[in-house]
Amino acid sequence: MNRRTLLLGTGSVLMLPALMSNRALAQQATITGAGATFPRPVYERWSQAAREAIGVTLNYQSIGSGGGINQITNRTVDFGASDAPLTTEQLAERKLLQFPSLMGSVVLSANLPGVADNALKLTPEIVVDIFLGKLRRWNDPKITELNRDIRIPNLPIGPTYRADGSGTTWVFTTYLARVSSEWKDGPGAGTSVRWPAGNGARGNEGVSNIVRNTPGAIGYIENAYAVVNRMPTTQLRNKAGNFVQPTPESFNATAAAADWTAQNFAADTIDLAGEKAWPMTAATFILLPTNPPADKVEASRNTMRFFDWAYREGGDIAKRLEYIPLPASAHDLVRAAWRANIKAPDGSTVWSA
Amino acid sequence: MSDFVSRIGTAPYVGPRRTAGSVGDAIFEWLCRGAGLIVLLTLGGIILTLFIAGLPAFQHFGLGFIFSTNWDPVEGREEFGAFISIFGTVVSSILAILFAVPVAFGIAYFLTELAPMWLRRPVGTAVELLAAIPSIIYGMWGLFVLVPFVQMNIQLTFGETLGAIPFIGFIFESNSFAGTSLFSAALVLAIMILPFIAATMRDVFEQVPPVYKESAYGLGATRWEVVSGVVIPYTRKSVVGGIMLGLGRALGETMAVTFVIGNANRMPQSIFDPSTTIASVIAMEFPESLAGSLQQSALFAIGFLLFFISFVVLATSRWLLRSRLKG
Repeated sequence: MNRRTLLLGTGSVLMLPALMSNRALAQQATITGAGATFPRPVYERWSQAAREAIGVTLNYQSIGSGGGINQITNRTVDFGASDAPLTTEQLAERKLLQFPSLMGSVVLSANLPGVADNALKLTPEIVVDIFLGKLRRWNDPKITELNRDIRIPNLPIGPTYRADGSGTTWVFTTYLARVSSEWKDGPGAGTSVRWPAGNGARGNEGVSNIVRNTPGAIGYIENAYAVVNRMPTTQLRNKAGNFVQPTPESFNATAAAADWTAQNFAADTIDLAGEKAWPMTAATFILLPTNPPADKVEASRNTMRFFDWAYREGGDIAKRLEYIPLPASAHDLVRAAWRANIKAPDGSTVWSA
Repeated sequence: MSDFVSRIGTAPYVGPRRTAGSVGDAIFEWLCRGAGLIVLLTLGGIILTLFIAGLPAFQHFGLGFIFSTNWDPVEGREEFGAFISIFGTVVSSILAILFAVPVAFGIAYFLTELAPMWLRRPVGTAVELLAAIPSIIYGMWGLFVLVPFVQMNIQLTFGETLGAIPFIGFIFESNSFAGTSLFSAALVLAIMILPFIAATMRDVFEQVPPVYKESAYGLGATRWEVVSGVVIPYTRKSVVGGIMLGLGRALGETMAVTFVIGNANRMPQSIFDPSTTIASVIAMEFPESLAGSLQQSALFAIGFLLFFISFVVLATSRWLLRSRLKG
């Protein structure tokens, strides 16, 4: 064996894994996304499952909706994710298409010793008054009259809110603004507002911690977090006048009642009129550039393949994590929007399936 | 000789040693000068960036930005005022200094005068270790241990009694029972800055020439008289420097404070009310602010104000020391 063959042999051995990984890369496309923290658990599980199913890996950074919008505006990622829908002008200015990926709910959690999970009944008026700081004690007649069948301890009410800007706050304050003109003209609705009363904490875990530690505290948290951490939740009277419990049944009732033909899919899902609808349910959105440059067309197509797969196969994963998959009727509308709006530089449609 | 040059490695052999040395000297001088300039450039760059990014907010609200208590990030009616966060920052830091300085003095006094020799090393190391704990750990510990403690054992136990004191009772009277408050934040901050102040005090107390202390003892002074009459006057400048170091850290502390202060953009009525600080407002709202929005500009603007406050604190401490030394 002379020196040259030895070199050649070593060379080919070294090249072999490189060639193989190249082929693996060709099959295994990676897309990057950034934004909302709320759907992160689902996106991560979808990414694992989609890697095996369709060969698309999602690298998702949950930096917050605002950060996601900034990143996709600068086109540093393949898609952005936002909890609150963008307006038509904002979308046009940034040349983005907006579509929903899944839904989640916000629930109220109260620490009332001796009161069972989902036993406490609340009306929208009571919730507004609590968070306006007007109702100060749990044995206020407004609350006790509604809850004659349970014994409510005489404690001061401690409203607790998310201090960090969040989609959860957006859903909750949008609901309060919807049911009360006083709230609408006062604190208003947004990812963070000027709270007239109570204590702020960081993230769902911070709010839950204050609620758990403080008898009499009440706060709003994501349903997925509440279920996993066994937080005691409350009933809420919906627009139809029924007291509903925060269960998958009432969340799905909201998803089914929503009108997904709304412009930019910004369907109104808050405080819907359905018999069993949970009033604080909202979709979380994906933002996709409508004008991908030539080198990004493939990533754009893979992003749509990923969410197409998620619509078809990802529902169970979402349900297992206590999120609400979109109804099938919405899926086809989203696919039609992809076909109509996303154009490669040469004018051809990127999504043809 | 050649052995020596090859050991240096980088400098080629260029005749007499003196020449090689002067080239090396020049390079070294410029490297050091560059290192010094980097500090200045970074500082100037940060101030400039903060100011330029915050300019739209300053222009929009004018001087009222500093004194307004309105902080409303809701889209369509944005209004931003920095006063509440400035107030929270300054009050929590000053309270923290009030809590920390006596304890830090106690630690330093104990370690330099009272403690037996074998105990000084372990206690001193423990104090230094406290300084090495990341602030997020203090935040978590504060939220899970200190906040419930303040809520149960301080606010509920002493709050009403203290609230009954005439004139200043309102400081302790609060309707907020969650435990996250200005007081909790000040307490966590005090624990965080304690090691800095204590370590500085101990080091400077040790540097007092033994001759001075021995002379005082020889004149019949007690331990306390030695410390208050000799050690503290001798080390005053460094002690204040250590306190200012702690104050500087307290002003800018973010994570630990965010966890325990309650993050309420309202004027606190008592020290048990939730409040907020500049650093925690930025940490809370920056991720959700849109690039180029008035909100983001306002966040940069309060960042600039925090910078300014820190600068004023430093400048004031220098000035205070100078006037005292003259007088």
